Amino acid sequence: MTLESTPHIPSEVPAVELDGLRRDYTVRAAAPGSRRRRRQVVRAVDEITLRIERGEAVGFVGANGAGKSTTIKMLTGILQPSAGSVRVLGREPVPERRRLAREIGVVFGQRSQLWWDLPLRDSYRILGAMHRLTDRAVGERLDRLVEGLDLSGFLDRPVRQLSLGQRMRGEVAAALLHSPALVVLDEPTIGLDMVSKEGLRRFLREDRAERGTTLFLTTHDMGDVERLCERIVVVNTGTIAYDGPLESFRARLGAPRELVVDLAAPREHLELPSAARTLAVEADGIRHRIAFSGQELTVPALLTAIGTQAEVSDLSLTEPAIEDLVRQIYARGGGI
Amino acid sequence: MELQVRAPPAGPLWCVAQRTKLARVPAHGRIAAAAFRQYSTYRMATAAGVFTNTVFGFIRASIMFAAIGTAGGELGGYTMLQAATYVWLGQALLAPIEAFGTREVSQRVHQGDIAVDLLRPTGFLGLHYAQKLGRSGFLMLGRGVPPLVVGALVTGLALPEDPLSYLLGALSLLLAITVAFLADMMVNLAAFWLVETRGLTVVYTATMNLLSGFLIPIVWFPDWLLAIARATPFPSMIQTPIDTLSGRVPPEEAAGLLAVQAGWVALLGLAAWAMLRAGTRSLEVQGG
Repeated sequence: MTLESTPHIPSEVPAVELDGLRRDYTVRAAAPGSRRRRRQVVRAVDEITLRIERGEAVGFVGANGAGKSTTIKMLTGILQPSAGSVRVLGREPVPERRRLAREIGVVFGQRSQLWWDLPLRDSYRILGAMHRLTDRAVGERLDRLVEGLDLSGFLDRPVRQLSLGQRMRGEVAAALLHSPALVVLDEPTIGLDMVSKEGLRRFLREDRAERGTTLFLTTHDMGDVERLCERIVVVNTGTIAYDGPLESFRARLGAPRELVVDLAAPREHLELPSAARTLAVEADGIRHRIAFSGQELTVPALLTAIGTQAEVSDLSLTEPAIEDLVRQIYARGGGI
Repeated sequence: MELQVRAPPAGPLWCVAQRTKLARVPAHGRIAAAAFRQYSTYRMATAAGVFTNTVFGFIRASIMFAAIGTAGGELGGYTMLQAATYVWLGQALLAPIEAFGTREVSQRVHQGDIAVDLLRPTGFLGLHYAQKLGRSGFLMLGRGVPPLVVGALVTGLALPEDPLSYLLGALSLLLAITVAFLADMMVNLAAFWLVETRGLTVVYTATMNLLSGFLIPIVWFPDWLLAIARATPFPSMIQTPIDTLSGRVPPEEAAGLLAVQAGWVALLGLAAWAMLRAGTRSLEVQGG
């Protein structure tokens, strides 16, 4: 894998280095039965130490309030740590925030960095100028992004008229336009339908394979982690509960995805690929519950296998919830 | 409009380029152009604004005429024609100066979208200033010029004798927009520390409308109020560009007023920068 992006940063410089990182928030809350508001210190991130090498793809997962977003804010330089140190691509994020902004790409699933009232294409022209790319460089990169993220149908439409799925693809293109060495994605697939999710994931994998980008991703969606990451870091109440290869994480917890298909005509048995198994057959053979490994088998491949045997009239997909996995880790005494 | 953009050279040269301030200009040019285009799409708002500004121009002009007529044809150095010019220029400047304040930045702070602004490789104030200039450029042409044309046709305008007044007037206008931008930015940046800035905005716009010389010329104020007004940046936002543009203040005197405007730009610029710095240090971006 070659590190083509941002050639001036030596490839031995780690993408992320956190050492004893801590962040406290002061919250003023009214004590029950009292008018006076008490100051209370809440520790959102507690002694996180983490090293991510260049080219890695790391899923940073945990329940709400686990400290994921706080960590991302400290990584990108918009929040000052209370204690400990942060280095991103060899830089200190807070004092070097704007410098760092040239070398990283950030997608906040809940916020937009596009210009709302202007055609999507104009946002890229402005961002290209901000990153001091030549018009030609913007054009070439944009061609690739338009093709990979399928933006051509709405490139000339004002951002405010885009659907959520279209806008998110536009956001990802905006974050990748300057070919950053590190891409930070905060809940990139939130609110997206299955097809949009898969399209986005596919492109992120392709782009990473082409350019050796480092991916750092927070998500509630185990599917994102399964399809994009090789390493998973689970945080719980501000500390790291698990850090290791996705392989062993899944192997020990065994967290298959579940597909529920309704068939047009009843059928007692479906021949399935080895990575899938039938959990239950319900409604006299109409509804089949199938568990499968998201790593070894894609949804389209599984559907194709089913489609050769029966006509599918409806389907739904359940991802294992991160919260369940985290709970399992704790049920096993903290580590796995 | 096609703007030239610098290529990022590889290796150490790239670091040198990052330090060159000049390289930022194209990005700001594009941002300003984008803001101009964005505002030009709001056609209904523009038409409504022109209509309102013109109607209020007539109301204000007739009040001023009545006051000057009662005073015997001249009041505080203003003749009828000068008063009309004062009113129409004031109406024209209202939109580009954004005298009623903006709320965008305070909303971005409150909703946490400020994080996106801070993660851009361009400075925050520069980014918003470029947007302001683009916006004001459109508002000047789209909403400022039409009431001025109506005024010229209906009541007539007192035009400056010295061509230098036009040049100084244009410069004064740019400085006025900058002073107003910085003061408004400071009100917005207070959102770092206040849960709600609406009250502050109301107080700010009320004070601004009075002390800037928008409602009545500041020379009509009693001495004590005039002294207060002159100690604030507000006259630099409206009274100064109007006096300079209309030639009521001759160029040699206008130069001094422009220097005062420039002083306010420096002072408020520094203050806004300090607020932004303090604010981002204590920032706890709200929401997810």
